[in-house]
Amino acid sequence: MTVTDTVRTDPVAPPVEGTRVRRPLRELRWGDLPTGPRRTALVVAMLAVWQVAVEVSGVNPLLVVGPVDVASAMVDGVADGSLVEATLTTLKILLTAMAIGIAVAAVLTTLATWTKLGEDLLVLLTSMLNPLPAIAILPLAILWFGLSSTALIVVIANAVVWPISINVSQGFRTANPTVVAVGRNIGLKGWRLVRDVLMPSALPHTISGLKTGWAFGWRTIIAAELVFGVAGEGGGLGFYINNARYFLRTPEVFAGLVTIALIGILLDLAFTALERRTVLRWGMKAES
Amino acid sequence: MTTLAPPREKPGTDVSMLSVEHAQIGYVVDGVRHVAVGDVSFEVRRGETTMLLGPSGCGKSTLLKTAAGFLHPWQGTVTVQGRPTSKPGPDRAVVFQEFDQLFPWRTVRDNLVYPQRVNGRDKAEARRRADEYLELMHLVPAADRYPHQLSGGMKQRVAIARALALDPDVLLMDEPFGALDAQTRSRLQRELKDVAARTGVTVLFVTHSIQEAVYVGDTVVVLSTPPSTVLDNVDVAGLDDPADPAFTDALTRLRALLAHDDHEPAAGAFE
Repeated sequence: MTVTDTVRTDPVAPPVEGTRVRRPLRELRWGDLPTGPRRTALVVAMLAVWQVAVEVSGVNPLLVVGPVDVASAMVDGVADGSLVEATLTTLKILLTAMAIGIAVAAVLTTLATWTKLGEDLLVLLTSMLNPLPAIAILPLAILWFGLSSTALIVVIANAVVWPISINVSQGFRTANPTVVAVGRNIGLKGWRLVRDVLMPSALPHTISGLKTGWAFGWRTIIAAELVFGVAGEGGGLGFYINNARYFLRTPEVFAGLVTIALIGILLDLAFTALERRTVLRWGMKAES
Repeated sequence: MTTLAPPREKPGTDVSMLSVEHAQIGYVVDGVRHVAVGDVSFEVRRGETTMLLGPSGCGKSTLLKTAAGFLHPWQGTVTVQGRPTSKPGPDRAVVFQEFDQLFPWRTVRDNLVYPQRVNGRDKAEARRRADEYLELMHLVPAADRYPHQLSGGMKQRVAIARALALDPDVLLMDEPFGALDAQTRSRLQRELKDVAARTGVTVLFVTHSIQEAVYVGDTVVVLSTPPSTVLDNVDVAGLDDPADPAFTDALTRLRALLAHDDHEPAAGAFE
């Protein structure tokens, strides 16, 4: 045994199965931190830069406001209920439209799975209507239903129905034939085969369809509300922003935008959690 | 020679469980009929493992799918206990070659419980039987895992256990070990032989491996090139030691049958 062996500079125990590898603190790198703290730190840094930039540059507060003013506008909006009400109005319309869109998509994909005619119909409809920006049919919807929430619901339902239909029917069509054969072998047929074998098989596609449908719907409803509020029932988030701009209440414009972004993030997290509990857990979709 | 299982009990061995009579089966490609199974007749006796052996394309899987009720014979009949196999059903549980035949959204145990529940067994009983067959197929440690966490060999074990838990009249196996590595394959062959002996289940097993046919089977039905006919029925019961001269004889005989057929595809007679 040599002297250098006994006074090793790196007193690391021999590698043992299952032990954690620790890096000395001074060698710690950005990439070694867990995702949560990394992202939080970045957000805080960005907010700080934003606040400092606004204060140092002396930009016109009617054009740009700092995060502190935005936060206080949001607190006020929650306190007096205006922001909450606008958010709820928007979400209510979106959820109604999503429900209608899902129901229509369910009928269309069922037809497409069972009959060749239904499949042709779905392919034709989706290839014609999906590329059309959903907001483009707003004028037509207003002509038909007036300045009402019905017009909005129709526009949003149209926005969500196609991505959902495309994905779900793809999920049905690409269901593993061996698993379907096993389903029939154990005695399943008709609706029960659909519910217990085809639907779970199509779940990865269904979730991504809902995700895309939701994203389309969310963008479309904000755009539609910017064009007009909701007649009769008070306005949604798009109206809130537009109204704030009209009265030059810039912090509220920002508050509305931040709210839209936050809801988007929350729903994305919800979908991710759903995927983690289902298709990722079952190995039906690779972790991305 | 090591004995792997207690001697097989053959209750009423001469009773026919599955019967194929003058079956002609084919498929249609672009509107053109192709005959895979020309004129095939054979019996699967209760409690026995019958192997369907033949060159690729001879229609052995086609025959199995017909027995399962996924296909229908153009002529002749395929019956299980006298009933035509017109629809798929759990009395003819199938083990496929594909590893992804398990329900990925169910745990190993649920993959065994659920098919029994579909067929009207109550929860406690289904669960009890599931555990029994998990034990039999050495799957207890994997009971709460999902299929994607298992190796190919484990998945095939689960598929076998799932089929057995349904108490089928006949267990239909479509080259179930065909995609496994050699070591796992021979271990599963041994396990299947053991389980078949213990449970007394009737098995129809499709293979293109002569070795597997002799080792796993009691009877080997040898099919010719398509449109196939039965070249011979070879009794291989009790042959489970490759070093046994009788085992080698059976291999040689089957090899000769298939080779002979290869040279004269239309030949029906031999020996």
